[in-house]
Amino acid sequence: MTEKSKGDEIMEKSKFIEIDAAPNNQPLGYKQLNEKIHQALELGYKNILLNNVCGQRFIGASLQGDLELQINGLPGNDLGIFMDGPKIIVNGNCEDQPGNTMNAGMMIVHGDAGDVIGLSARGGKIYIKGDVGYRVGIHIKEFERKFPVVIIGGTAKDFLGEYMAGGLVIALGLHFTEDGTIEESRYPICGNELATGIHRGKIILRTEEDLESRLGVGAKEYKLEKTTEKVMKEFLDEYCEIFNIPQEIMYRKPFKVIKPISKRPYGGNYCGQIV
Amino acid sequence: MSITHNIPSYFHIKVDRELCKKCKRCTNHCSYGVLSFNGERIVADDSKCVACQRCVAMCPGSAIRILNNDSLLPPHGNYTRRIRNIIWAQSGNGGVMLSATGNDRPIRTVFDDLLLDACQITNPSIDPLRETIETKVFFGRKPKRIEFFEDPTNPATISLKTEFMPNFEIDMPIMVGHMSLGSISYNACMAIYQAAKELNILAGSGEGGLHQDFYEYGPNIITEIASGRFGVDINYLKNAAGIEIKIGQGAKPGHGGHLPGEKVNTLISQTRMIPKGSDALSPYPHHDIYSIEDLAQLISALKEATRYKVPIGVKIAAVHNSAPIAVGIVRGGADFLTIDGFRGGTGAAPRIIRDHAGIPIEVAIAAVDTRLREENLRDEITLVAGGSIRYSADLIKAIALGADVGMCSMPVLIAMGCRVCQQCFRGLCSWGIATQSEYLVKRLDIDVARNRIVNLFHSWNEELKEILGAMGIDSLESLRSNRDRLRYIGPNPKVADILGVKHAGE
Repeated sequence: MTEKSKGDEIMEKSKFIEIDAAPNNQPLGYKQLNEKIHQALELGYKNILLNNVCGQRFIGASLQGDLELQINGLPGNDLGIFMDGPKIIVNGNCEDQPGNTMNAGMMIVHGDAGDVIGLSARGGKIYIKGDVGYRVGIHIKEFERKFPVVIIGGTAKDFLGEYMAGGLVIALGLHFTEDGTIEESRYPICGNELATGIHRGKIILRTEEDLESRLGVGAKEYKLEKTTEKVMKEFLDEYCEIFNIPQEIMYRKPFKVIKPISKRPYGGNYCGQIV
Repeated sequence: MSITHNIPSYFHIKVDRELCKKCKRCTNHCSYGVLSFNGERIVADDSKCVACQRCVAMCPGSAIRILNNDSLLPPHGNYTRRIRNIIWAQSGNGGVMLSATGNDRPIRTVFDDLLLDACQITNPSIDPLRETIETKVFFGRKPKRIEFFEDPTNPATISLKTEFMPNFEIDMPIMVGHMSLGSISYNACMAIYQAAKELNILAGSGEGGLHQDFYEYGPNIITEIASGRFGVDINYLKNAAGIEIKIGQGAKPGHGGHLPGEKVNTLISQTRMIPKGSDALSPYPHHDIYSIEDLAQLISALKEATRYKVPIGVKIAAVHNSAPIAVGIVRGGADFLTIDGFRGGTGAAPRIIRDHAGIPIEVAIAAVDTRLREENLRDEITLVAGGSIRYSADLIKAIALGADVGMCSMPVLIAMGCRVCQQCFRGLCSWGIATQSEYLVKRLDIDVARNRIVNLFHSWNEELKEILGAMGIDSLESLRSNRDRLRYIGPNPKVADILGVKHAGE
């Protein structure tokens, strides 16, 4: 790459635009809002700030490339669905299914998020500061160099990592108070049916709780191995930096690893016979 | 398995010792391990034979015949051989029985109980060889009405107010059903897509992604989004004529999918975008769809993702309450709706579901079409119907009952060489169709297979024109939902009622 094109790239990246999702206090429909985003992209803007977002769905759907979307407000369901590369930062909470079938990119939520986060994601990172709902990390996969990672700062509900086919889910069980102090959450790290149907990938939970009774079909608790710890640390360090969490807090509690018993959980379930 | 519980084989292989040249070609071609050479002669293990006919076709001396095993089981009208065999198999294996292709129980086919109308004197017929008969279909959502902006002061200026949804044109009302790379071979997929392009009809990708080699056939391919989201990325969405959210499949309504890890080779791994050797499990439901509202959300998401450029549809299996579900789907924003009847095919499904769940496509089309018309929604969407459309007669009757496009797969496989041995789930297809073994796949010549599919559908379309001409109809659209041109001759008048078809003679 020549010096000139490098300079151009920096110029490109700094092209910044603000979009008001509720001009005159009248929220735009999701179609209008997304159309505005696409118009901005066509004009070459790579850095977009969305203000006053109020439940609009599908923000950032199927966007590709080196883009950054910052969201002030509450994005609706399916944030970043089919996304392939961009970075989305939500300064607040977020509704259901962020990162649905995501291929690559990064999603940072400075708040809580809803259910079914990262459904079937094949790659990318989803970092949530607060708590999450049900069926988070469901059926996330991995492929070649793609490796989806979901990190939850707080706690999760039932069916965490259901059907997991690859990637990494981490829940930390922290609670961030209004004044910015970080304490241990009062709630259980996860609900029932943990990792049910898992056949690849790992779930790491920062907890002292007994998980045995909560494990789903095909899941088993293991100790944190060195290699896994190394992989985890890489993502956790990044997470701590983004959310400004002192790293020593992380290691105040042990990490437990949930892995599949088998890559073929239902291998013996079927039989073929000429009848 | 102990001798006492050996399942009596269905077939008996007879090798004519005088005609057999002992060339051992049959032993190489048999992929089920039936035939071998013992140093002296060809011997057969009848218990493994599936009657796929590969050895028969390949024997240069025509020395092999596959016969019924006429060694008799004690006869019983209720505990048939099939039921006894199922019990023996299950008591031996203790698992869920797998099956492939469509329901093979001898259940009465409603299509066969329907007769077509033809013109005599008062409504002249049309000669299809000399006059134009249109069999095109415009695929996608249609506006309810067309509105214009008019300027009363300047009548010369008029502009369109109605926003049109994406539509595309196909030359025949035919779609090859969804068979993924995985369920069928690369060569079989390639032949189908090439034929679809040549004929300008549609082909389904199945739920296993779309290999890059097939992108160029995208304008004739409907890609599928199923609960596993295998191979779904932005290229998959953008390289398609239409996208279908797969809720159900006629052969296994309510069931998920399960591609065993051993079948996930490099090709399948790249197409499905999962690691080699890893199980590909499609969850039973979509976990982001628990309601019609959720379905509408995914439809909208796909429209957003594709920038409103391609039709988005939904496929459901024909089940007891298909009609109200169909209404929900159309109101949820689907541009097309696919219904798959209980005879629909599969590469692998639990036998219990394949054989016993769902309803016939004929009644499902009629019920859905009627309900959509009652709700004033029918003309807005394209209705695709499949689930054992075996030949052109079934296609014509399906359209007269209310479908826009007929979807079929088995005729395509049979055209390519399939002998319907129903062993697709074993991956050993000796004809190179339902297998991933390179040794077997190369048996299927893409060009030959493509030409046979093209011939098949060309003849269907000609027969469609013949029938339309005989009915005095010059456009396929005028046959759609035209149930007055059908009559029922079956034993159950209730069926005629549900179909909205009069009895013959009425």
